Amino acid sequence: MGAGHAHRLYWAADSPVHRLPAHCKLVAVLAFVLLVVATPATAYAAFLGYAVLLTAVAAAARVPPALLLRRLLIEVPFVAFALALPFVAGGDRTEVLGMSLSVSGLHGAWNVLAKGTLGVAASVLLAATTQVWALLIALQRLRVPTLLVQIASFMIRYSDVVVQEMARMRIARESRGFTARGPRSWKVLATSAGALFIRTYERGERVHLAMVSRGHTGSMPVLDQQPAGRAAWGTAVTLPAAALALCLLGWWTR
Amino acid sequence: MHVPDGFIDAPVSVAAGAVAVAGVALSLRGARRELDERTAPLAGLVASFIFAVQMLNFPVASGTSGHLLGGALAAILVGPYTGVLCLSVVLLMQGLLFADGGLTALGVNITDMAIVGVPVAYGVFRLLITVLPANRRSFTVAAFTAALVSVPTAAGAFTLLYALGGVTDVPLGTVAASMIGVHLLIGIGEGVITALTVGSVLAVRPDLVYGAERLRVPLQLRTTPATGGGR
Repeated sequence: MGAGHAHRLYWAADSPVHRLPAHCKLVAVLAFVLLVVATPATAYAAFLGYAVLLTAVAAAARVPPALLLRRLLIEVPFVAFALALPFVAGGDRTEVLGMSLSVSGLHGAWNVLAKGTLGVAASVLLAATTQVWALLIALQRLRVPTLLVQIASFMIRYSDVVVQEMARMRIARESRGFTARGPRSWKVLATSAGALFIRTYERGERVHLAMVSRGHTGSMPVLDQQPAGRAAWGTAVTLPAAALALCLLGWWTR
Repeated sequence: MHVPDGFIDAPVSVAAGAVAVAGVALSLRGARRELDERTAPLAGLVASFIFAVQMLNFPVASGTSGHLLGGALAAILVGPYTGVLCLSVVLLMQGLLFADGGLTALGVNITDMAIVGVPVAYGVFRLLITVLPANRRSFTVAAFTAALVSVPTAAGAFTLLYALGGVTDVPLGTVAASMIGVHLLIGIGEGVITALTVGSVLAVRPDLVYGAERLRVPLQLRTTPATGGGR
């Protein structure tokens, strides 16, 4: 919390992408990902085009490629799943390097890998160029129910505190000679989780009382309103517009 | 279980999104009943608890470890509506900030883990609590079973969505068997840890456990001296 509320995923820079209002970016990214998902898997050129588009956005946002690649690692479990597909899927089979692989499985693996990677890259770019508070205001502006946005904002505000509390509990356990080994340690870990719940819930009660004592009446004041002009929407919409062209091209040339 | 983009086709993703929106809207109304005007701070803090506890690793054997999914735990500790909200918010933020789970798959993820997983866990829990005698042991059994059932059920819900909009040509039987089989194993771990965690909260602050109303003993005024044999 001490680090000025800039989350670890945010890449501070001053770029046209950073300056765009968050709700424009959110809509653009959502539309982009939806179009990517709607593209037929065999339209290889379209996927190349999507990758070029995201690279252009990353370059415009001055997000270093290394950061982008490192954060793509989150999808590793699904890469493993995708690699298994050619072996388990049915249909016609083909010989690759002496292994009998399913053709539709290979297509499926490509489909999951390409779309999954593009989706992760787009979300990573959104998170890297947008402050969390701006994302929360974006949700509010996009008519997400206020209560849900408030819950999300409390979660964001306190998750670092709660995670640190959990880390202190781990240090306390270890300084008493505890090492987690096998299911026998579950009782201890679960007791910690229970204690963490109690502390978190009690913190929630204190937070609520503190809010009430400061005049909270049920709605949060909106501190920052960044209106989105036509120019901002015009810039934001270029990404999904280009993606739409590629998607249509993909269906055309399929 | 965090499904990425491209796993489920666009129409089914959008439809699952609509289901998720409806479910969350319903839970927003229900949560106000569970928590009244304290909803925002308390549900928010519980969401950050779920987020944190998903990072707590439980070692299984030889270097492998698992973690809680937290659906059943949330349902039992804070009630089904608030539980759905907390899990949905966690999934939303994981998708938006950490790219954990695709943005188009958000509807799928919220539908199977929150909208299906949490109420199923609560239903099983509630049913067992009413059937079994009102003591601590049946509470543990109910918590264990609720978590055990909810994880494969969520996997089953995913399999259903996959049957509707899956983009790969894996035979449905294989998907169902492997998804539900693997998640049954995960469910056993989830059940044990959920039961232990709920038990430890119950030992200290039973008033904080939403599902424990039946264990609460109303305050009694006794005018005659109590005769031995405590509960």
